[in-house]
Amino acid sequence: MKYAFFLGCTIPARSRNYELSARKVAEKLGIELIDVEEFICCGFPMKASDYKSAEIMGAYNLCLAQEKNLDICVLCSSCASQLTEVAHSLSEDGPDREQINDELSRAGLKYGGGVKVRHFARVLLEDIGVEKIKEHFIKDLSDLKTAIHYGCHYLKPSEIYDGFDDVENPKSIETLVALTGARVIDYPGKKRCCGGPVLPVDENVALSVAKEKLDDIVDAGADAMCLVCPFCSVMYDDNQKSIESEFGTDYNLPVLYLTQILGLAMGFGRKELGLNINVVKTKKLLSKYLD
Amino acid sequence: MDNINLDRVDSSFKKELASQPGGETISACFTCRTCTASCPITAVNDKFNPLRIIRMALYGLKEEVLTSDFIWLCSTCYACQERCPQGVSITEFMTLLKNLAVKEGNMPTGIRAQRDTIKGEGRIYPIDDFDNKKRAKVALPAIPTSCNVVEKLFPPVRN
Repeated sequence: MKYAFFLGCTIPARSRNYELSARKVAEKLGIELIDVEEFICCGFPMKASDYKSAEIMGAYNLCLAQEKNLDICVLCSSCASQLTEVAHSLSEDGPDREQINDELSRAGLKYGGGVKVRHFARVLLEDIGVEKIKEHFIKDLSDLKTAIHYGCHYLKPSEIYDGFDDVENPKSIETLVALTGARVIDYPGKKRCCGGPVLPVDENVALSVAKEKLDDIVDAGADAMCLVCPFCSVMYDDNQKSIESEFGTDYNLPVLYLTQILGLAMGFGRKELGLNINVVKTKKLLSKYLD
Repeated sequence: MDNINLDRVDSSFKKELASQPGGETISACFTCRTCTASCPITAVNDKFNPLRIIRMALYGLKEEVLTSDFIWLCSTCYACQERCPQGVSITEFMTLLKNLAVKEGNMPTGIRAQRDTIKGEGRIYPIDDFDNKKRAKVALPAIPTSCNVVEKLFPPVRN
Protein backbone atom coordinates (compact mmCIF):
# COMPACT_ATOMS: atom_id res chain seq x y z
CA MET A 1 0.00 0.00 0.00
CA LYS A 2 1.64 3.12 -1.28
CA TYR A 3 0.46 6.72 -1.45
CA ALA A 4 1.83 10.12 -2.35
CA PHE A 5 1.97 11.82 1.05
CA PHE A 6 0.52 15.30 0.87
CA LEU A 7 1.57 17.35 3.89
CA GLY A 8 0.29 20.76 2.81
CA CYS A 9 1.57 23.96 4.45
CA THR A 10 0.47 23.91 8.09
CA ILE A 11 1.82 20.48 9.02
CA PRO A 12 5.52 20.83 8.12
CA ALA A 13 5.66 24.31 9.64
CA ARG A 14 3.44 24.03 12.70
CA SER A 15 2.34 20.42 13.35
CA ARG A 16 5.38 18.19 13.45
CA ASN A 17 3.58 16.19 16.16
CA TYR A 18 0.86 15.22 13.69
CA GLU A 19 3.37 14.32 11.00
CA LEU A 20 5.58 12.29 13.34
CA SER A 21 2.70 10.29 14.79
CA ALA A 22 1.09 9.68 11.39
CA ARG A 23 4.37 8.39 9.97
CA LYS A 24 4.80 6.04 12.93
CA VAL A 25 1.27 4.67 12.67
CA ALA A 26 1.59 4.27 8.91
CA GLU A 27 4.86 2.41 9.21
CA LYS A 28 3.42 0.05 11.78
CA LEU A 29 0.48 -0.74 9.50
CA GLY A 30 2.61 -1.24 6.39
CA ILE A 31 1.43 1.93 4.69
CA GLU A 32 4.15 3.41 2.53
CA LEU A 33 3.98 7.20 2.43
CA ILE A 34 5.99 8.62 -0.45
CA ASP A 35 7.25 12.17 0.06
CA VAL A 36 6.91 14.39 -3.00
CA GLU A 37 9.22 17.40 -2.61
CA GLU A 38 7.57 19.36 -5.40
CA PHE A 39 4.10 19.47 -3.80
CA ILE A 40 2.91 23.02 -3.16
CA CYS A 41 -0.04 24.51 -1.24
CA CYS A 42 -3.29 22.70 -2.09
CA GLY A 43 -4.90 26.03 -2.96
CA PHE A 44 -7.49 26.03 -0.17
CA PRO A 45 -6.44 29.36 1.42
CA MET A 46 -6.60 30.99 -2.05
CA LYS A 47 -10.20 30.02 -2.70
CA ALA A 48 -11.65 33.05 -0.96
CA SER A 49 -9.66 35.50 -3.04
CA ASP A 50 -9.15 33.65 -6.32
CA TYR A 51 -11.02 30.44 -6.93
CA LYS A 52 -9.37 29.79 -10.29
CA SER A 53 -5.82 30.07 -8.98
CA ALA A 54 -6.73 27.75 -6.12
CA GLU A 55 -7.94 25.22 -8.65
CA ILE A 56 -4.72 25.52 -10.66
CA MET A 57 -2.65 24.81 -7.52
CA GLY A 58 -4.77 21.80 -6.66
CA ALA A 59 -4.48 20.49 -10.21
CA TYR A 60 -0.70 20.97 -10.22
CA ASN A 61 -0.44 18.74 -7.15
CA LEU A 62 -2.71 16.10 -8.69
CA CYS A 63 -0.41 16.07 -11.75
CA LEU A 64 2.60 15.28 -9.56
CA ALA A 65 0.80 12.28 -8.05
CA GLN A 66 -0.34 11.21 -11.51
CA GLU A 67 3.27 11.26 -12.76
CA LYS A 68 4.19 8.84 -9.97
CA ASN A 69 1.09 6.78 -10.61
CA LEU A 70 0.02 7.13 -6.97
CA ASP A 71 -3.15 8.10 -5.15
CA ILE A 72 -2.85 10.83 -2.53
CA CYS A 73 -3.07 10.43 1.23
CA VAL A 74 -3.66 13.68 3.13
CA LEU A 75 -3.41 14.60 6.83
CA CYS A 76 -5.10 18.01 6.65
CA SER A 77 -8.85 18.19 6.18
CA SER A 78 -8.74 21.41 4.17
CA CYS A 79 -6.19 19.89 1.79
CA ALA A 80 -8.42 16.80 1.54
CA SER A 81 -11.44 18.81 0.54
CA GLN A 82 -9.62 21.12 -1.85
CA LEU A 83 -7.75 18.35 -3.68
CA THR A 84 -10.82 16.09 -3.80
CA GLU A 85 -12.93 18.91 -5.17
CA VAL A 86 -10.39 19.71 -7.85
CA ALA A 87 -10.11 16.02 -8.75
CA HIS A 88 -13.90 16.07 -9.30
CA SER A 89 -13.87 19.24 -11.40
CA LEU A 90 -11.08 17.77 -13.51
CA SER A 91 -12.53 14.30 -13.90
CA GLU A 92 -13.37 13.03 -17.37
CA ASP A 93 -16.79 14.68 -17.46
CA GLY A 94 -15.81 17.48 -15.05
CA PRO A 95 -16.44 21.07 -16.11
CA ASP A 96 -12.95 22.52 -15.79
CA ARG A 97 -10.48 20.03 -17.17
CA GLU A 98 -9.74 21.69 -20.48
CA GLN A 99 -9.39 25.21 -19.10
CA ILE A 100 -7.16 24.15 -16.21
CA ASN A 101 -5.00 22.03 -18.48
CA ASP A 102 -4.38 25.12 -20.60
CA GLU A 103 -3.08 26.85 -17.49
CA LEU A 104 -0.98 23.85 -16.46
CA SER A 105 0.67 23.69 -19.87
CA ARG A 106 2.82 26.65 -18.78
CA ALA A 107 4.44 24.25 -16.32
CA GLY A 108 4.57 21.52 -18.96
CA LEU A 109 1.86 19.45 -17.24
CA LYS A 110 -1.47 17.96 -18.17
CA TYR A 111 -3.93 16.24 -15.86
CA GLY A 112 -5.53 13.10 -17.25
CA GLY A 113 -7.75 12.25 -14.29
CA GLY A 114 -7.90 9.24 -12.02
CA VAL A 115 -5.92 10.34 -8.93
CA LYS A 116 -7.88 9.50 -5.79
CA VAL A 117 -7.47 11.75 -2.76
CA ARG A 118 -8.24 10.52 0.73
CA HIS A 119 -7.67 11.61 4.29
CA PHE A 120 -5.36 9.38 6.36
CA ALA A 121 -8.26 8.35 8.64
CA ARG A 122 -10.23 7.23 5.62
CA VAL A 123 -7.28 5.24 4.29
CA LEU A 124 -7.05 3.49 7.66
CA LEU A 125 -10.72 2.52 7.60
CA GLU A 126 -11.02 1.63 3.92
CA ASP A 127 -7.65 0.16 3.02
CA ILE A 128 -6.42 -1.34 6.31
CA GLY A 129 -9.62 -2.06 8.19
CA VAL A 130 -10.41 -2.09 11.90
CA GLU A 131 -9.48 -5.72 12.50
CA LYS A 132 -5.97 -5.32 11.17
CA ILE A 133 -5.44 -2.05 13.01
CA LYS A 134 -6.50 -3.64 16.30
CA GLU A 135 -3.92 -6.42 15.90
CA HIS A 136 -1.20 -3.81 16.41
CA PHE A 137 -2.52 -2.44 19.70
CA ILE A 138 -0.65 -3.44 22.84
CA LYS A 139 -2.05 -0.88 25.28
CA ASP A 140 -5.56 -0.34 26.52
CA LEU A 141 -6.54 3.33 26.77
CA SER A 142 -9.83 2.72 28.57
CA ASP A 143 -9.23 5.41 31.21
CA LEU A 144 -8.99 8.11 28.56
CA LYS A 145 -12.14 10.15 27.92
CA THR A 146 -11.95 11.81 24.52
CA ALA A 147 -14.19 14.29 22.75
CA ILE A 148 -13.99 13.95 18.98
CA HIS A 149 -13.86 17.04 16.81
CA TYR A 150 -14.58 16.09 13.19
CA GLY A 151 -14.16 19.59 11.81
CA CYS A 152 -15.72 20.59 8.52
CA HIS A 153 -13.70 19.75 5.47
CA TYR A 154 -12.96 16.19 6.54
CA LEU A 155 -16.62 15.46 5.72
CA LYS A 156 -17.85 18.36 3.65
CA PRO A 157 -18.99 19.21 1.05
CA SER A 158 -20.47 15.71 1.18
CA GLU A 159 -21.10 15.66 -2.58
CA ILE A 160 -17.36 15.21 -3.23
CA TYR A 161 -16.81 12.43 -0.68
CA ASP A 162 -18.83 9.63 -2.29
CA GLY A 163 -20.85 8.73 0.78
CA PHE A 164 -17.89 8.44 3.18
CA ASP A 165 -19.37 8.88 6.68
CA ASP A 166 -22.51 10.85 7.56
CA VAL A 167 -22.20 14.63 7.83
CA GLU A 168 -24.97 14.96 10.42
CA ASN A 169 -24.01 11.88 12.41
CA PRO A 170 -20.36 11.11 11.75
CA LYS A 171 -18.83 7.91 13.12
CA SER A 172 -15.51 7.29 11.35
CA ILE A 173 -13.14 8.87 13.86
CA GLU A 174 -14.84 7.50 16.94
CA THR A 175 -14.79 4.06 15.32
CA LEU A 176 -11.00 4.32 15.21
CA VAL A 177 -10.63 5.85 18.68
CA ALA A 178 -12.94 3.26 20.26
CA LEU A 179 -10.62 0.49 18.99
CA THR A 180 -8.02 1.66 21.51
CA GLY A 181 -10.44 1.22 24.38
CA ALA A 182 -10.62 4.98 24.94
CA ARG A 183 -14.05 6.32 25.82
CA VAL A 184 -15.75 8.68 23.41
CA ILE A 185 -17.65 11.45 25.16
CA ASP A 186 -20.56 13.01 23.32
CA TYR A 187 -21.11 16.77 23.65
CA PRO A 188 -23.37 19.46 22.22
CA GLY A 189 -21.96 21.34 19.27
CA LYS A 190 -19.91 18.36 18.14
CA LYS A 191 -20.32 19.36 14.50
CA ARG A 192 -19.34 22.99 15.06
CA CYS A 193 -16.54 24.49 12.98
CA CYS A 194 -13.22 25.47 14.66
CA GLY A 195 -13.43 29.00 13.24
CA GLY A 196 -9.96 28.71 11.69
CA PRO A 197 -10.63 30.15 8.23
CA VAL A 198 -11.89 33.38 9.83
CA LEU A 199 -8.64 33.89 11.77
CA PRO A 200 -6.98 36.11 9.10
CA VAL A 201 -10.17 38.22 8.86
CA ASP A 202 -11.40 38.69 12.43
CA GLU A 203 -9.47 37.05 15.24
CA ASN A 204 -12.12 37.73 17.86
CA VAL A 205 -14.85 36.01 15.84
CA ALA A 206 -12.60 33.03 15.12
CA LEU A 207 -11.61 32.61 18.78
CA SER A 208 -15.24 33.03 19.89
CA VAL A 209 -16.26 30.10 17.68
CA ALA A 210 -13.44 27.94 19.04
CA LYS A 211 -14.31 28.92 22.62
CA GLU A 212 -17.87 27.59 22.31
CA LYS A 213 -16.56 24.12 21.58
CA LEU A 214 -13.95 24.15 24.35
CA ASP A 215 -16.73 25.15 26.80
CA ASP A 216 -18.94 22.29 25.62
CA ILE A 217 -16.18 19.69 25.79
CA VAL A 218 -14.99 20.64 29.26
CA ASP A 219 -18.60 20.70 30.51
CA ALA A 220 -19.15 17.22 29.10
CA GLY A 221 -16.25 15.92 31.22
CA ALA A 222 -13.77 14.86 28.53
CA ASP A 223 -10.04 14.73 29.42
CA ALA A 224 -8.82 15.42 25.90
CA MET A 225 -9.90 16.42 22.47
CA CYS A 226 -9.18 14.27 19.42
CA LEU A 227 -8.93 15.78 15.95
CA VAL A 228 -7.66 15.13 12.43
CA CYS A 229 -6.79 18.55 11.00
CA PRO A 230 -3.74 20.73 11.75
CA PHE A 231 -5.67 23.95 11.44
CA CYS A 232 -8.30 22.83 13.91
CA SER A 233 -5.37 22.12 16.20
CA VAL A 234 -4.03 25.65 15.67
CA MET A 235 -7.39 26.89 16.97
CA TYR A 236 -7.77 24.57 19.96
CA ASP A 237 -4.19 23.77 20.97
CA ASP A 238 -1.99 26.70 19.79
CA ASN A 239 -4.69 29.28 20.58
CA GLN A 240 -6.14 27.75 23.74
CA LYS A 241 -4.15 30.12 25.95
CA SER A 242 -5.28 33.15 23.91
CA ILE A 243 -8.89 32.04 24.24
CA GLU A 244 -8.45 31.62 27.98
CA SER A 245 -7.01 35.09 28.41
CA GLU A 246 -9.44 36.75 25.95
CA PHE A 247 -12.55 35.30 27.60
CA GLY A 248 -11.36 34.69 31.15
CA THR A 249 -11.83 30.94 30.96
CA ASP A 250 -9.66 28.03 32.07
CA TYR A 251 -9.59 24.77 30.13
CA ASN A 252 -6.18 23.15 30.23
CA LEU A 253 -7.58 20.62 27.78
CA PRO A 254 -5.00 18.50 25.92
CA VAL A 255 -5.63 18.38 22.18
CA LEU A 256 -4.50 15.12 20.60
CA TYR A 257 -4.32 14.05 17.00
CA LEU A 258 -6.07 10.80 16.13
CA THR A 259 -2.68 9.45 15.10
CA GLN A 260 -1.22 10.22 18.54
CA ILE A 261 -4.03 8.23 20.20
CA LEU A 262 -3.58 5.29 17.83
CA GLY A 263 0.19 5.50 18.31
CA LEU A 264 -0.18 5.38 22.10
CA ALA A 265 -2.20 2.18 21.81
CA MET A 266 0.52 0.79 19.54
CA GLY A 267 3.08 1.40 22.29
CA PHE A 268 5.04 4.27 20.76
CA GLY A 269 6.79 6.69 23.10
CA ARG A 270 6.18 10.32 23.91
CA LYS A 271 8.78 11.77 21.56
CA GLU A 272 8.06 9.29 18.80
CA LEU A 273 4.50 10.65 18.72
CA GLY A 274 5.57 14.28 19.14
CA LEU A 275 3.53 14.54 22.35
CA ASN A 276 6.25 16.81 23.74
CA ILE A 277 5.44 19.28 20.92
CA ASN A 278 1.75 19.65 21.83
CA VAL A 279 1.11 23.11 23.25
CA VAL A 280 -1.27 22.12 26.05
CA LYS A 281 0.76 19.69 28.15
CA THR A 282 -0.15 16.04 27.81
CA LYS A 283 2.32 14.46 30.23
CA LYS A 284 0.08 14.19 33.28
CA LEU A 285 -2.87 12.82 31.35
CA LEU A 286 -0.91 10.28 29.34
CA SER A 287 1.94 9.20 31.64
CA LYS A 288 0.21 5.92 32.53
CA TYR A 289 0.23 4.91 28.85
CA LEU A 290 3.87 5.73 28.36
CA ASP A 291 6.78 3.59 29.54
CA MET B 1 -26.48 47.57 10.63
CA ASP B 2 -28.41 50.08 8.49
CA ASN B 3 -31.68 49.17 6.86
CA ILE B 4 -31.42 47.83 3.36
CA ASN B 5 -31.70 50.72 0.90
CA LEU B 6 -33.57 49.55 -2.17
CA ASP B 7 -32.79 52.72 -4.12
CA ARG B 8 -29.36 51.40 -4.87
CA VAL B 9 -30.27 48.18 -6.64
CA ASP B 10 -28.44 46.78 -9.61
CA SER B 11 -31.09 44.62 -11.27
CA SER B 12 -28.54 42.74 -13.37
CA PHE B 13 -26.55 41.50 -10.34
CA LYS B 14 -28.80 38.46 -9.87
CA LYS B 15 -28.15 37.38 -13.46
CA GLU B 16 -24.44 38.07 -13.15
CA LEU B 17 -24.32 35.81 -10.08
CA ALA B 18 -26.44 33.04 -11.59
CA SER B 19 -24.07 32.72 -14.54
CA GLN B 20 -20.99 31.95 -12.44
CA PRO B 21 -19.82 28.89 -10.47
CA GLY B 22 -21.38 29.04 -7.03
CA GLY B 23 -24.24 31.27 -8.16
CA GLU B 24 -26.23 28.85 -10.32
CA THR B 25 -28.61 27.69 -7.59
CA ILE B 26 -29.14 30.94 -5.75
CA SER B 27 -32.62 31.78 -7.08
CA ALA B 28 -33.99 28.63 -5.46
CA CYS B 29 -33.69 30.20 -1.97
CA PHE B 30 -37.15 30.35 -0.36
CA THR B 31 -35.93 32.21 2.75
CA CYS B 32 -36.48 29.43 5.26
CA ARG B 33 -33.51 30.61 7.36
CA THR B 34 -32.04 27.14 7.87
CA CYS B 35 -28.67 28.57 6.78
CA THR B 36 -28.63 31.27 9.42
CA ALA B 37 -29.90 28.90 12.10
CA SER B 38 -27.06 26.47 11.27
CA CYS B 39 -24.29 29.06 11.07
CA PRO B 40 -21.56 28.90 13.77
CA ILE B 41 -20.47 32.45 12.93
CA THR B 42 -23.96 33.96 13.29
CA ALA B 43 -24.08 32.23 16.68
CA VAL B 44 -21.21 34.39 17.94
CA ASN B 45 -21.62 37.52 15.81
CA ASP B 46 -24.86 38.52 14.09
CA LYS B 47 -23.00 40.82 11.71
CA PHE B 48 -22.74 37.69 9.60
CA ASN B 49 -26.10 36.33 8.46
CA PRO B 50 -26.12 34.09 5.39
CA LEU B 51 -29.82 34.54 4.61
CA ARG B 52 -29.49 38.32 4.77
CA ILE B 53 -26.52 38.21 2.40
CA ILE B 54 -28.41 35.99 -0.06
CA ARG B 55 -31.43 38.31 0.02
CA MET B 56 -29.28 41.42 -0.38
CA ALA B 57 -27.56 39.86 -3.39
CA LEU B 58 -30.86 38.79 -4.94
CA TYR B 59 -32.30 42.28 -4.44
CA GLY B 60 -29.34 43.57 -6.43
CA LEU B 61 -27.48 45.38 -3.66
CA LYS B 62 -24.23 44.71 -5.44
CA GLU B 63 -22.13 47.51 -4.07
CA GLU B 64 -23.26 47.04 -0.47
CA VAL B 65 -22.52 43.34 -0.59
CA LEU B 66 -19.19 43.54 -2.40
CA THR B 67 -17.79 46.33 -0.23
CA SER B 68 -19.02 44.75 3.02
CA ASP B 69 -16.79 43.34 5.75
CA PHE B 70 -19.30 40.67 6.62
CA ILE B 71 -19.03 38.43 3.53
CA TRP B 72 -15.49 37.67 4.71
CA LEU B 73 -16.71 36.17 7.97
CA CYS B 74 -17.97 32.99 6.28
CA SER B 75 -15.76 30.19 7.61
CA THR B 76 -16.71 27.85 4.72
CA CYS B 77 -17.88 25.18 7.17
CA TYR B 78 -20.66 24.02 4.82
CA ALA B 79 -23.21 23.61 7.64
CA CYS B 80 -25.69 25.78 5.70
CA GLN B 81 -25.04 24.19 2.32
CA GLU B 82 -25.44 20.65 3.67
CA ARG B 83 -28.78 21.53 5.25
CA CYS B 84 -30.34 23.82 2.64
CA PRO B 85 -33.67 22.18 1.69
CA GLN B 86 -33.54 23.94 -1.68
CA GLY B 87 -30.10 22.67 -2.62
CA VAL B 88 -28.55 26.12 -2.75
CA SER B 89 -24.74 25.93 -2.76
CA ILE B 90 -24.52 28.60 -0.09
CA THR B 91 -20.86 28.12 0.82
CA GLU B 92 -19.83 28.22 -2.84
CA PHE B 93 -22.02 31.30 -3.22
CA MET B 94 -20.15 33.07 -0.41
CA THR B 95 -16.89 32.16 -2.14
CA LEU B 96 -18.22 33.67 -5.37
CA LEU B 97 -19.12 36.90 -3.56
CA LYS B 98 -15.64 37.10 -2.03
CA ASN B 99 -14.02 36.47 -5.42
CA LEU B 100 -16.15 39.22 -7.01
CA ALA B 101 -15.29 41.60 -4.17
CA VAL B 102 -11.59 40.97 -4.84
CA LYS B 103 -12.10 41.78 -8.53
CA GLU B 104 -13.58 45.11 -7.42
CA GLY B 105 -10.51 45.71 -5.28
CA ASN B 106 -12.02 44.86 -1.88
CA MET B 107 -10.35 42.33 0.39
CA PRO B 108 -9.23 42.16 4.02
CA THR B 109 -5.51 42.66 4.61
CA GLY B 110 -5.11 39.17 6.05
CA ILE B 111 -6.62 37.54 2.96
CA ARG B 112 -4.46 39.67 0.67
CA ALA B 113 -1.37 38.66 2.64
CA GLN B 114 -2.30 34.98 2.32
CA ARG B 115 -2.80 35.30 -1.42
CA ASP B 116 0.48 37.14 -1.95
CA THR B 117 2.47 34.70 0.16
CA ILE B 118 1.05 31.68 -1.64
CA LYS B 119 1.50 33.17 -5.10
CA GLY B 120 5.06 34.15 -4.25
CA GLU B 121 6.26 31.20 -2.21
CA GLY B 122 3.93 28.35 -3.14
CA ARG B 123 3.06 27.87 0.53
CA ILE B 124 1.11 29.75 3.13
CA TYR B 125 3.83 29.08 5.71
CA PRO B 126 7.12 29.15 3.78
CA ILE B 127 9.77 26.84 5.19
CA ASP B 128 13.18 28.22 6.14
CA ASP B 129 16.42 26.60 7.26
CA PHE B 130 15.42 26.94 10.89
CA ASP B 131 12.24 24.93 10.24
CA ASN B 132 14.27 22.28 8.47
CA LYS B 133 16.69 22.13 11.41
CA LYS B 134 13.77 21.47 13.74
CA ARG B 135 12.50 18.85 11.32
CA ALA B 136 15.90 17.18 11.04
CA LYS B 137 16.14 17.01 14.83
CA VAL B 138 13.15 14.66 14.89
CA ALA B 139 14.24 12.82 11.72
CA LEU B 140 11.63 14.38 9.45
CA PRO B 141 12.67 14.96 5.82
CA ALA B 142 13.62 18.46 4.68
CA ILE B 143 11.06 20.58 2.81
CA PRO B 144 12.25 22.80 -0.09
CA THR B 145 12.78 26.40 1.05
CA SER B 146 11.93 27.87 -2.34
CA CYS B 147 9.42 27.16 -5.07
CA ASN B 148 9.95 28.10 -8.71
CA VAL B 149 6.84 26.61 -10.24
CA VAL B 150 4.50 29.36 -8.98
CA GLU B 151 6.15 31.79 -11.41
CA LYS B 152 5.08 29.54 -14.24
CA LEU B 153 1.62 28.84 -12.87
CA PHE B 154 0.93 32.50 -12.11
CA PRO B 155 2.75 34.74 -14.57
CA PRO B 156 2.70 38.38 -13.37
CA VAL B 157 -0.19 39.38 -15.65
CA ARG B 158 -2.65 37.35 -13.54
CA ASN B 159 -2.14 39.61 -10.56
